[in-house]
Amino acid sequence: MKIVLKNLTKIFPSRNKKVGGEVIAVNDFDFEIPDGKLIGLLGPSGCGKSTTLNLICGLEPPTSGQIFFGEDDVTHLPPENRGVGLVFQNYALYPHLTVEENIMFPLQNLRGKDRLTREEMQQRVRQAAKLVQIDQLMDRKPSEMSGGQQQRVAIARALVKMPRVLLLDEPLSNLDARLRLQTREEIRRIQQETGITTIFVTHDQDEAMSISDMIVVMKDGIVQQIGPPQEVYDDPANLFVAQFLGTPPINVFNAAVKRETLYIGDEAVLEVPGVGDRPVSAAIRPEGFIPKAGGRFVSKLERVEVMGRDTSVVSTHPESRNTFIRSIVPANAKLAASGERVSFDLYPNKVFIFDAETGERIRFKLKDGDAQ
Amino acid sequence: MQTKLDYKRVERNAALRQRCFTVIDYVFLTLWAVMVLFPFYWMLLTSVKSYSAYNSEYIPQFFTLSPTFQNYVDAFTAVPLAKYFLNTIIFTVLTTGLMMVVIIPAAFAFARLEFKGKQLAFTVFLSLMMIPNELVVITNFVTITNLRLRNTFTGLILPSVTSVFYIYLLKESFEQIPDELYRAARVDGTTDFEYLTRVMIPISKPTLVTIVILKVIECWNSYVWPRLITDNPNYYLVSNGIQEIRENGFGRENIPAMMAAVVVISVPLIILFLVFHKKIMAGVSRGGLKG
Amino acid sequence: MKKNDLKGWLYLLPAMLFLGVFMVYPLFDVLVYSFEEGYNSASQTYHGVGLYNYAYVLRDPYFLQAVRNTFLLVIITVPVSTGIALLISLGLNAIKPLRNLFQTVYFLPYVTNTLAVGLVFMILFKKTAYTDGLVNLMIKWFGGQSVDFIDGPYWAKMFVLCFYTVWVVMPFKVLILTSALASVNPDYYSAAKMDATPGWRVFTKITLPMISPMIFYLVITGFIGAFKAYSDAIALFSTDLNAAGMNTIVGYVYDMLYGNSGGYPSFASAAALILFAIVLTITCMNLLISKKHVHY
Repeated sequence: MKIVLKNLTKIFPSRNKKVGGEVIAVNDFDFEIPDGKLIGLLGPSGCGKSTTLNLICGLEPPTSGQIFFGEDDVTHLPPENRGVGLVFQNYALYPHLTVEENIMFPLQNLRGKDRLTREEMQQRVRQAAKLVQIDQLMDRKPSEMSGGQQQRVAIARALVKMPRVLLLDEPLSNLDARLRLQTREEIRRIQQETGITTIFVTHDQDEAMSISDMIVVMKDGIVQQIGPPQEVYDDPANLFVAQFLGTPPINVFNAAVKRETLYIGDEAVLEVPGVGDRPVSAAIRPEGFIPKAGGRFVSKLERVEVMGRDTSVVSTHPESRNTFIRSIVPANAKLAASGERVSFDLYPNKVFIFDAETGERIRFKLKDGDAQ
Repeated sequence: MQTKLDYKRVERNAALRQRCFTVIDYVFLTLWAVMVLFPFYWMLLTSVKSYSAYNSEYIPQFFTLSPTFQNYVDAFTAVPLAKYFLNTIIFTVLTTGLMMVVIIPAAFAFARLEFKGKQLAFTVFLSLMMIPNELVVITNFVTITNLRLRNTFTGLILPSVTSVFYIYLLKESFEQIPDELYRAARVDGTTDFEYLTRVMIPISKPTLVTIVILKVIECWNSYVWPRLITDNPNYYLVSNGIQEIRENGFGRENIPAMMAAVVVISVPLIILFLVFHKKIMAGVSRGGLKG
Repeated sequence: MKKNDLKGWLYLLPAMLFLGVFMVYPLFDVLVYSFEEGYNSASQTYHGVGLYNYAYVLRDPYFLQAVRNTFLLVIITVPVSTGIALLISLGLNAIKPLRNLFQTVYFLPYVTNTLAVGLVFMILFKKTAYTDGLVNLMIKWFGGQSVDFIDGPYWAKMFVLCFYTVWVVMPFKVLILTSALASVNPDYYSAAKMDATPGWRVFTKITLPMISPMIFYLVITGFIGAFKAYSDAIALFSTDLNAAGMNTIVGYVYDMLYGNSGGYPSFASAAALILFAIVLTITCMNLLISKKHVHY
């Protein structure tokens, strides 16, 4: 099922009554989600991603704009009629019901022509439980299960009614680090097996990047960029997106463009054809550094952290906005260090420049003729 | 097209049902509010009707156009209402004050100090919470009588200066204070008693205030024990006073004056409630949820 | 170490002293009293040990009347008050504007003097030579027969007593149930909504099980409280409850101890212990039932 959000806006009255005013939680969200894809809604807390989810499932009415499921306008349809499956951040499993009863709960609500016999219900429950691999635990109560198992039950409960859309709110945030890796693969697998259009909300860029077909990066209620994860990573629309994606985070410098050359401090580090003279923010991905004697980018070496496959070089630079610059180089690379100085050349496609004021991306032509 | 129409109807039905439900809900809640407030209104209304007007109303009137305060004057002159009032204030203040002196150290000992037999002592305390007052009141009555403390404030006050329940409530509150504070204070050379008075009591002030308010309400409304222990009107509390007024006071039929007396003794608590209603309700529900 | 032990007990001393004299000692003493036959409070002598006091109390028609009244009161008021409180709390939980106001108003009776407000109820229900009273006036509006609720037939008196008791216990129950309802995680309701759960099913399958511990708590405390009913009856029917035929078990205990027919601590003790046994049995039964039905 294709989902279309048209100019979706949600405004809350301000929580602080004395100050008054309002909070724009979601601002003019325009997006067409293709059928059968896994979409990651990504952003820092308070960016409006959960509100967007609530708008889609109908728990909140939008202030303006429209929501379409396929061709149907569901903007004002109550949630129970939308055919949406929602998995809550804390799972919201009914503590007094067993796993089987929890999963069966939505089916028992079906009335009229949709009504199922007991056998049909059990059949569907078994299917859903098998899909998420908890069919061995049907008689347990939620309190007797681990967080990961509870998560699976919650997904099974959302899936059992065969929703048109599956929504997951921070599905991994309550799990420990190892389970998180496992479970996100699970979510990917389940989504691919069922082919249900799935939207999940997360503040963890790793999570979103690793399993989504497409990610939507939000900030302060405004969509910053939409695209496949790799594309967004390689081609960020603005400084916020560049900084939000990637571990270790991108290195940002105060810089300037003079005569189509990027200067960090007094050093000309890169040719940037087609950009006029102006102050800019320059951002370099950690993997954008090539150790090279006599390289054009020179910083003060602090320490070298060995990580096995790679080596992380930690250095400082007076124009850096981060305390430390991190560059990731292959473990066998030879560092071009003389005394305290370490020098690099830069991969042009790992360097982005942004307007110093607005943070908007300023594109330059790459040497081999590809537009960046 | 077909589905779209259907959706519109679903939306409209849901909204309509919601509105109907809300209206019924408010009507129901308002009815109960009237039920709760009506006795208070009637009390106030009757207290400002004149004796003759009240008695000539075969069909009770819901309002009066000629309010009089004569009943209030009668309430203070014809019966010793002021005396009852004063007695109750003395009783309430002394009982509450003494209770705080008794329960604060006990709660502190349970919450903070380590000593031999603490666990056992606490278990015994807890089990005492289940003892109904009716069981012990008999012996207490005999004890107080034998000590010749009937018709004295001492006799009135002594049995109600401890409350296991409040000790428990206060201990819970004391235990919320992090251990680090205690260790820090010990390092600075603070004694246990100074720590109690200068750190724990100020931090636990909200709980202490709640306990004081609840105890004041309890004292103000206490009836059974004062009734047993006093038969001299000089020591009557307001509850006993009301009963006395009803049976021997203005003559059974002077209902407006009786209502004036009832208003007078109810007003302090109602004011207390209006000022502290959040604290009182939080305290009662916490006590309820834990007790 | 020794010094610390001493200090701990020192802090406990005042509380222990008071509890010892006014709670622990009386507890044993009341047992002793209840077995001492023919105790004379003036000379503090008795002439035998045995079960006579219990036998006397159990045969005393006033006691049997009190037991009957108390049981009726319990059986009527506990379910009625809990049920209405649940309705009110659900109603409160469903609204936003005015909610705090309603909640505060509903709690008002908790802080008022039972005796004082009881007097108002008495006036509202009483029928005198001068006036039928407000309640009777309303009964007549609806075409009913007026009846004296205070000095009239037994069922009428029982009705007022139950009515007033419910009015008095309601604030506590509404408060507890409202906070229990408010503490149910709203995600459960959202989840149920997403699953198109019908209203009655949300209530029976989610709301009720979630607040069932609090409901049982209220039922148990309600039973205990109603068995100890006394001052409500005093407020409505004046101190001579035996004459009004509206005495309660606790009222009987106090009457035996003091008052017109008083001076018999042995009989009072026996009656109090019988009451304690009844309450204990019923509380245990409640706890057993709740173990089976509460889901946590």
